[in-house]
Amino acid sequence: MTSQVSSPAEPADEAVVGEQRNPAGAKGVRRLDRVIIRFAGDSGDGMQLTGDRFTSETASFGNDLSTLPNFPAEIRAPAGTLPGVSSFQLHFADHDILTPGDAPNVLVAMNPAALKANIGDVPRGAEVIVNTDEFTKRAMQKVGYSASPLEDGSLDGYHLHPVPLTTLTVEALKEFALSRKEAERSKNMFALGLLSWMYHRPTEGTEKFLKSKFAKKPDIAAANIAAFRAGWNFGETTEDFAVSYEVAPAATAFPVGTYRNISGNLALSYGLIAASRQADLPLFLGSYPITPASDILHELSRHKNFGVRTFQAEDEIAGIGAALGAAFGGSLAVTTTSGPGVALKSETIGLAVSLELPLLVIDIQRGGPSTGLPTKTEQADLLQAMYGRNGEAPVPVVSPQTPADCFDAALEATRIALTYRTPVMLLSDGYLANGSEPWRIPEPDELPDLRVRFAQGPNHTLDDGTEVFWPYKRDPQTLARPWAIPGTPGLEHRIGGIEKQDGTGNISYDPANHDFMVRTRQAKIDGIDVPDVEVDDPHGAKTLVLGWGSTYGPITAAVRRLRRAGEPIAQAHLRHLNPFPRNLGSVLRRYDKVVIPEMNLGQLATLVRAKYLVDAHSYNQVNGMPFKAEQLATALKEAIDG
Amino acid sequence: MAETSTEGTGTIEALSLVPKAEARQSMKDFKSDQEVRWCPGCGDYAILAAVQGFMPELGLAKENIVFVSGIGCSSRFPYYMNTYGMHSIHGRAPAIATGLASSRRDLSVWVVTGDGDALSIGGNHLIHALRRNVNLKILLFNNRIYGLTKGQYSPTSEVGKITKSTPMGSLDAPFNPVSLAIGAEASFVARTVDSDRKHLTEVLRQAAAHPGTALVEIYQNCNIFNDGAFEALKDKQQAEEAVIRLEHGQPIRFGADASKGVVRDQATGDLKVVTVTPENEAQVLVHDAHATSPTTAFALSRLADPDTLHHTPIGVLRSVARPVYDDQMSDQLDGAIEQNGKGDLAALLAGGDTWTVVG
Repeated sequence: MTSQVSSPAEPADEAVVGEQRNPAGAKGVRRLDRVIIRFAGDSGDGMQLTGDRFTSETASFGNDLSTLPNFPAEIRAPAGTLPGVSSFQLHFADHDILTPGDAPNVLVAMNPAALKANIGDVPRGAEVIVNTDEFTKRAMQKVGYSASPLEDGSLDGYHLHPVPLTTLTVEALKEFALSRKEAERSKNMFALGLLSWMYHRPTEGTEKFLKSKFAKKPDIAAANIAAFRAGWNFGETTEDFAVSYEVAPAATAFPVGTYRNISGNLALSYGLIAASRQADLPLFLGSYPITPASDILHELSRHKNFGVRTFQAEDEIAGIGAALGAAFGGSLAVTTTSGPGVALKSETIGLAVSLELPLLVIDIQRGGPSTGLPTKTEQADLLQAMYGRNGEAPVPVVSPQTPADCFDAALEATRIALTYRTPVMLLSDGYLANGSEPWRIPEPDELPDLRVRFAQGPNHTLDDGTEVFWPYKRDPQTLARPWAIPGTPGLEHRIGGIEKQDGTGNISYDPANHDFMVRTRQAKIDGIDVPDVEVDDPHGAKTLVLGWGSTYGPITAAVRRLRRAGEPIAQAHLRHLNPFPRNLGSVLRRYDKVVIPEMNLGQLATLVRAKYLVDAHSYNQVNGMPFKAEQLATALKEAIDG
Repeated sequence: MAETSTEGTGTIEALSLVPKAEARQSMKDFKSDQEVRWCPGCGDYAILAAVQGFMPELGLAKENIVFVSGIGCSSRFPYYMNTYGMHSIHGRAPAIATGLASSRRDLSVWVVTGDGDALSIGGNHLIHALRRNVNLKILLFNNRIYGLTKGQYSPTSEVGKITKSTPMGSLDAPFNPVSLAIGAEASFVARTVDSDRKHLTEVLRQAAAHPGTALVEIYQNCNIFNDGAFEALKDKQQAEEAVIRLEHGQPIRFGADASKGVVRDQATGDLKVVTVTPENEAQVLVHDAHATSPTTAFALSRLADPDTLHHTPIGVLRSVARPVYDDQMSDQLDGAIEQNGKGDLAALLAGGDTWTVVG
């Protein structure tokens, strides 16, 4: 989301901006400023693909948008059951928006399980499109409907559109030499066609996509396109859908530039490739597959022509080990994982702290502890990132705040790692990783210069005048040690995890030296140059809401709601969790109240309270989902009043 | 077996990308300024001397040589080599070295590890390094005991070992590192003994020349916690019965006057030791380290009795050509450039569906 936090207030749900009715009695077109659609179906129904396609159509149309894929950890959970429901929510608007939206205006439910699992989030008055073919007695009983919800009045107040999606799809494809089962699989494209008609989405992109996706099976491509067009035509002709809707492009919400839609994991992958180019260092990724981080491994493995080496290791420990080995050799080294993987990598992160080599540790957080909720989001690894190692092992921590911001966060983490010769933790999460939004594509020459200088010769003169190389002689400004890579003549040296003598780097068990080295490593991290935190406070509020990571969208949306209701509130959001920005203490002390919403039980609040002795209040949610703006607004209002 | 020139590396394919030393080197070029701190009498001294003595023969620029180790007595090794080195964490040296070797093909990367480091805590990394065939030379110092933690049994200790942690005897069956390596698809597996400098050096020579991962198990005496563990192989009298010296292309014979030989048991296909007679002499197996199938090398590794060490084969059990991971990784990078052109960041970022907002 490209918005400024001080931009105009976010209008209420489903504001109708204008209405046109064709005098000849043809279908009317209503103009809306924003819409939230949720596609829901069985894990095998292709809901993520449907959502992705609708998102692409919407992005290319120029709306601002934000998405929330939500799917089970099982690849194919039992069909027709509540745990097997997969959904994709998309919020799009003619102005800048910040979240995937609280409450859908439209729910597409492909079966009874999808209806049951999602209807609770949908307010009355919303449109509900159901695939009536799937509402068999058995399917309904499976999810606990004793009577059909389509007939028992429980959906009164909704604009219910009962559509036999499966039958219509099979009928539309009868000319194709497909089995009934094969034809049925295109029903998601029928639904996509219908929704595309309802919201005037451009269709060329989807047809092109289907042609290329099924390039080797032209029959399947043609069938899917036929189903997609049939869905569109169904909307156009059937009387059940009397109006369609227009959401104008968000032209004025965006700065000038070229845009694309991008997910957090893709933005992060591109950020790493860009960082490698800007640092003029080859990129090395050591990784072990883990949800929700694997897509970064997949993406980077496709870009070997950028000199990117991807190494799928035997385990999490080998993933970071190989990366650290590559860092010793002069690569821009990265390991990607999620919380359980960080736990396994902890010892190696400690070694990297001791070796003082640059290394990016990327944690796409998910619900924990242990295996937890692999496909759901959480931000409960902050204290693990800060403290999850033996000994005093400080590590800088940075966090992106929106999907597109993952690109910039990768560059910033790289800057810190290379400048200070240290492992850096980048904390993204499942919501950022899989969610998407428009991104203004930067020109490569706008990107920061990240080039480093390897040590080339001796850096110390002994008392007898001999010129020597000391691997732990530090830069007086940054306290970084020289990066002398193998292959450099005369700089042969040995490093290791045993405590080293200041300067020479030789093994030392000297008590005073250890005390000095522990304090120096801490001072190096504490001294990292990070920009001041900016406070958005147009009205001189008494309460500050402080956040980090992916809560940026919901917090900002909540802040807008409050301000629109005449309630002053200040907002600040942290990119740097370690070290904190220099001005954070004074910012916190300027406010009577500080509220910290987090998708954990108060980890940033714990850090802030300990460091600044500020009575920060926590507002927490750990249900695997991002905050909803309305709920946050209510909580913040209570904090202001309380 | 590869012939190795003592004048340089011109004939060693495995090291063709590693820059050569400009001047002739000697053993002292490879000694670092650090005081060696192993226990007096430790077998590690002999191995260190053998390695330092062998390195000049490779003729490599010493700044392009890296020793990576884990944790344990043997893992202090890199501190004593005047090359680049990393003393890392327990068991992880093969993983770290894999990242280094696969991103820097101009380096000669050596891993120094022990029986606990490589086979217990680091077992997973060892087997995966072997199957990948990364260009690493792994020297596994096997003393069949935990030395640095003061004498617990190790994964190569014989069953029933009485140690501080097993006062009633250890229960677990030991690994045979050579069998393990062959089972893990290793392309080069050898065994040697710390006290036999000549044999050790010859094995190092062949390991260095091997493209891919070479595992060298070095029986090493811990004179503090497991003294004499390999006495059966070192005592001249006992060694005659115990040691089977393998040489590629030579009949596998040992014992006083080469009176014993290894033959294939026709009934089971397994190998067995027999007293050589004029009748069975022709059936004595000729050692083929380059055999494609690992079956016979594995069978040879199983001749050794883990308790008495009788019939312990030493030398190169297996040395076969197999694609090298780092070469293939590099080839994929070249192939991607050939196919798609050198990466263009602007084009990458602007890929996919885009739209333009004008002022």
